[in-house]
Amino acid sequence: MTGTSARAETAIGNLRRICEQDLGGAYQLEIIDVLEHPQLAEDDKVLATPTLIKQLPPPLRRVIGDLSDKDKVLLGLEVRRDISTANPEMPL
Amino acid sequence: MTTTAHESAVEKLPTGIASFDTIAKGGLPRNRTTLLSGTAGSGKTVFAVHFLAAGILDAGEPGVFVTFEESADDIRQNMRSFGWDLAEWERDGRLAFVDASPDPNIETIESGAFDLGALLARVQNAVRKVKARRVSVDSLGAVFSQFSDQSIVRRELFRIASGLKAMGVTAVLTAERTEDYGSIARFGVEEFIADNVMVLRNALEDENRRRTIEIVKFRGTDHQKGEYPFTIVPGRGLVVIPLSAIQLRQKSSNVRISSGNATLDDMCGGGFFRDSVILVSGATGTGKTLTVTQFLNGGASHGERCLLLAFEESREQLFRNAISWGVDFEKMEQDGLLRVVCDYPEVAGLEDWLVTIQRTIEEFKPTRVALDSLSAIERVGTIKAFREFVIGLTSFIKQQEIVGLLTSTTPTLMGGTSITEGHISTLTDSIILLRYVEMFGEMKRGLTVLKMRGSSHDRGIREFTIDASGMHVGRRFGNVTGILGGSPMHVSPADLERAWSRLDADGPPPRDTSNFTGVSDRRHANERRG
Repeated sequence: MTGTSARAETAIGNLRRICEQDLGGAYQLEIIDVLEHPQLAEDDKVLATPTLIKQLPPPLRRVIGDLSDKDKVLLGLEVRRDISTANPEMPL
Repeated sequence: MTTTAHESAVEKLPTGIASFDTIAKGGLPRNRTTLLSGTAGSGKTVFAVHFLAAGILDAGEPGVFVTFEESADDIRQNMRSFGWDLAEWERDGRLAFVDASPDPNIETIESGAFDLGALLARVQNAVRKVKARRVSVDSLGAVFSQFSDQSIVRRELFRIASGLKAMGVTAVLTAERTEDYGSIARFGVEEFIADNVMVLRNALEDENRRRTIEIVKFRGTDHQKGEYPFTIVPGRGLVVIPLSAIQLRQKSSNVRISSGNATLDDMCGGGFFRDSVILVSGATGTGKTLTVTQFLNGGASHGERCLLLAFEESREQLFRNAISWGVDFEKMEQDGLLRVVCDYPEVAGLEDWLVTIQRTIEEFKPTRVALDSLSAIERVGTIKAFREFVIGLTSFIKQQEIVGLLTSTTPTLMGGTSITEGHISTLTDSIILLRYVEMFGEMKRGLTVLKMRGSSHDRGIREFTIDASGMHVGRRFGNVTGILGGSPMHVSPADLERAWSRLDADGPPPRDTSNFTGVSDRRHANERRG
């Protein structure tokens, strides 16, 4: 996130809703403000905000944007088993 | 720095890139963003790194390099050939990378609106960390390829550009273009992102690559117009060749130096001027290399350092020829008075030759430079590139306040001028013509001083001979006319008398027999192609 922008709030809201509804609340979420911790963005090579980084379970996945497209978020995170047959080569 | 009042609104930052500051009239506009657009391989990344390197090394100004294309590791490695140790500067806290190059191991999906706030935060962080004064971003086009939503990228690049200005840094942003002459940059928005626009070109002209840099626009401040050739030199980086600028600073000296031949000195009104450029023109075998040899010998015998740039003959040939005229190049070299650069002109481009020659002159500090011949050099590039080479070389020689002797070969045996001369005669201060003169079934040699800027000179065409002690200039071809036209005609003394009385109230010129060795001394054994 960068600061407390409206887009940041939207993204956090969208993400919490997805986690509650589709992952049954089994999640741990850390929110980092890159304005306060720019070195973390440097270390992880993050360009865009908001960026969601899924660390566990592997593989490491990233989704950028306000996460308004729920299907893309789930596809990107590779956590929704019922669309695992979909084309994994999503356009970047 | 800028000089006139109306320009003072925009301050310039001297970049430290050789001669770039001359064409930029002081440097890049300070605290502004400058777009540097160019095709693949045009030298964008080298410029971007050189801009930072010059700041770090020469101006004590730390820098930040933002890379979207090559990884930071690749850049560190590629720039070593220029003598720039980026990793060391990073350890010293004088340089920071923002590595925004695509990582093939990271898969990213876009879902909804985003911005590049994290990137801006990283740039700000790096600038703060090293207290950067200069920032290079390489390249904008690569940002577009990392994201699918182009309109967001466009908007965010504007934001980053204004963010850079807010940080108070001077920034160079590179961008790709698809052709050397066409739209400024690929995505059509790059030129609007930055305040200033420059273009690097690497165009193919007559099978020769020619690199140029052009400042298209400096918002609110002045710069030189048009394309300027540049070259990229290992150990040095980018070297711009400023053509018009260097000619204006030359001083003019009245100090005379010897040509190495007493009679020729007399013909020139007392020798060559110390900061002048002399062109010696003649057909093959007329004695151009001999003129060069005695010119160098004249310098070395007075303890002056001399530089010979030889593009026609091998070192061995040159040394053997010199010996046959009684000049020992080998000893001159051992005494540290002579340096010979001998190579095929084709081994490098004209811009590279110019930079190499300038460097050799700066390092060896000769008082005399001879180049044999321009006609050989002319083969290497286009007419435009050749003219630029001669302008660059002659103005550099004058700037150093040394004397340069350049030879050119005329294509026809009798009379005539070469294409070379047409391009350069206005750039030289003096012109000496060596010509064959056919008389009564015999080839004689004639010499005349055609032009001697700033001095009176002998206007006669004199016969000269060559023997084991060099060149001997004798008397005028008194009764021959049409030598320079290539069709000498014998004139009877009576006709000559009549002609002179009509042309000149003073009558015929005096018969000068000084230093005349006689026409019987015809030593063809020592004659050679030249």
